[in-house]
Amino acid sequence: MQAALPSVQLGRGSAPSAWGVARLMLERDLRLAFRKASQLVQPLAFFAMVTTLFPLAITPELSRLRHIASGVLWAAALLASLLALEFLFRDDAQDGTLEQYALSGRALTGLLSAKTAAHWLLTGLPLALMAPIAGVALGVPGRALPGILASVTLGTVTLSLLGAIGAALTLGVRRAGALLSLLTLPLAIPVLIFGAHATQLAIRGEPYGAPLTLLAALAVFGMTLAPLAAAAAVRINLE
Amino acid sequence: MSEAMLQVENLHLWRGERHVLRGVGFSVNSGECLQLSGPNGAGKTSLLRTVCGLSYPEGGQIRWRGEDVHRDLPGFHSQMAYLGHEPPLKMELTGRENLHYWVGVRRRFARSELERALERVGGQRWSDRPVRTLSAGQKRRVALAGLLLMAVPLWLLDEPTTNLDVEGQQLVGTLIDEHLAAGGLAMAAVHHPLAVSERGLRRLELGGG
Amino acid sequence: MAWTWFHRLASPPHVYRTAGRLTPWFAWPAAILIIAGLIGGLWLAPPDYQQGDAYRIMYVHAPSAWLSLMVYTLMAVAGGIGLIWRMKVAHALAAAAAPIGASFTFATLVTGSLWGKPMWGTYWQWDPRLTSELLLFFLYLGYMGLRAAFEDLQRADRVSAVLAVVGVINVPIIHYSVVWWNSLHQGPSVMYLGKPTMPPSMLVPLLIMFLGFTLFFGAVLLMRLRAEVLNRERAARWVSAALGGEPGGRWAGEEIGA
Repeated sequence: MQAALPSVQLGRGSAPSAWGVARLMLERDLRLAFRKASQLVQPLAFFAMVTTLFPLAITPELSRLRHIASGVLWAAALLASLLALEFLFRDDAQDGTLEQYALSGRALTGLLSAKTAAHWLLTGLPLALMAPIAGVALGVPGRALPGILASVTLGTVTLSLLGAIGAALTLGVRRAGALLSLLTLPLAIPVLIFGAHATQLAIRGEPYGAPLTLLAALAVFGMTLAPLAAAAAVRINLE
Repeated sequence: MSEAMLQVENLHLWRGERHVLRGVGFSVNSGECLQLSGPNGAGKTSLLRTVCGLSYPEGGQIRWRGEDVHRDLPGFHSQMAYLGHEPPLKMELTGRENLHYWVGVRRRFARSELERALERVGGQRWSDRPVRTLSAGQKRRVALAGLLLMAVPLWLLDEPTTNLDVEGQQLVGTLIDEHLAAGGLAMAAVHHPLAVSERGLRRLELGGG
Repeated sequence: MAWTWFHRLASPPHVYRTAGRLTPWFAWPAAILIIAGLIGGLWLAPPDYQQGDAYRIMYVHAPSAWLSLMVYTLMAVAGGIGLIWRMKVAHALAAAAAPIGASFTFATLVTGSLWGKPMWGTYWQWDPRLTSELLLFFLYLGYMGLRAAFEDLQRADRVSAVLAVVGVINVPIIHYSVVWWNSLHQGPSVMYLGKPTMPPSMLVPLLIMFLGFTLFFGAVLLMRLRAEVLNRERAARWVSAALGGEPGGRWAGEEIGA
């Protein structure tokens, strides 16, 4: 019986491809998230709540809300996507699984990219799907909704990537909430500017292709560089 | 003389103002297990974390098969397994799921291999329960199954017998013995001597600091 | 070997002594240049035909703005060097530079808003340059906050270095997005401080102030670097020797990776 033990077959078994590793990681994070489903709903509820504050604080008149809708939507989306960030790597760092991934011999950038993609699927995408609904509540005309969906979808990709850097940097900090926001928000300003402008153009019924392209460019730029920074920060914090 | 598989020379590590490792050096060859002992704070964990490349030493060198490990960390990592104080498990996942995601990024393995590893640590029965519901000793056994599944030559173990009953401690000794017999090598930080046969056992005592 | 030379150059006692020796070479010229620049800018230069005397705050504002950016870049470069070559002195330099850079950024904001009162009739205008400067100030605050959040100095050094590098890549993106934003909402903005064509009587004091401020920064940086190195090496023997105290602690030679 002992001869059949895996430990005896030292070094046997092929390594999965980089794509296979990323898929495994993504699947794991999604499965974990759905086992703790209450955490999934919180950013969405927060987004809805923040959006509700503005009509109550300013005016219930839809014609006036329409003018500030793009700003309200983007500020709320920015804050909501920050909310879940603190736990992006923290749980895995605490139970030692992140360390195991860092020691797996696989590229940490790829593993963290997959985790960031999972984070976007779990917070960014739901926010993007919810933004048009919130838009309607703020008096946005129906023709603007595809533009809102597109810009929030693209913008939250970059927000998740920036957030991954912030979460990795503050991994070794005990209560990181406020610091994480202070680090991430200034970096997120370009997303806010381009995103809010695209939304505003969409509400006015004007073409919004230009800011949308800039948002896409930011997302691509972030995809290439953010995982490198996040991986460097994670390694330092695991030391 | 050919060099040992794992060769550590004159390792110095500072942690803030503490000089944790002061010129530690040793070598471990295939079929050998280095048992690290010493009082709390002697640097056992620091030494293991430095050898596996998590910490970067201020001085000295770690060579695996004659190569400085910091030249090719991923290559070195793919041939070693490190188990820290706590079993690296997700509480929300079952034992089998944990092994699937943990070891799965390193190598593909068949379902039967997973079952054999679980059988070896006596965990087949309860490995479909969320790890949260397992006892500390059972979690440790899942981690040991992961160690077997990784199928790597170098084991770096930090207190591998924590939370295990007498039978479990015996199991750790047997697993290490089998690993050595198959040509593997191991380093383990311990408080109580390992139940490993004397043949391949080497000892290193770290002083207090 | 070049490598040992490199490390000797970066060894803490050597840095401490060299920085001490260099400081007066920065401090005195800085003092002279700043006094000269102030006389030239505040008395000798003629009033501006549009702004009157209000433009004169430019002699403090513009050099501060230049240094606010330069210091952040320096921090990123030093941090990068510290990360790649594991050079502790580079991290000490970045740590010493951050509060100075933040102060220059703050001075830029204050002088900018003081200039705004007579020009715009309000202390704050969402002018693209001032807005970028405000965001830069937040970047500095984040950097210093991150540094302060770690007890382990080595980790603080390395983590904040990653942040500085990320930040320096983002500074131009942030700046251009803010400029773009401003062009949408306000049309072409009022011509801010610093005209493209300036008579030499205005320009020369400005250039003198640029140089003076930069040297002043150098002097303060060297002084802060000395303090930083002393604090980091307080357990080392050369520190007690340098300070004339009791010998004790570890030898500087033990600091192999320094």
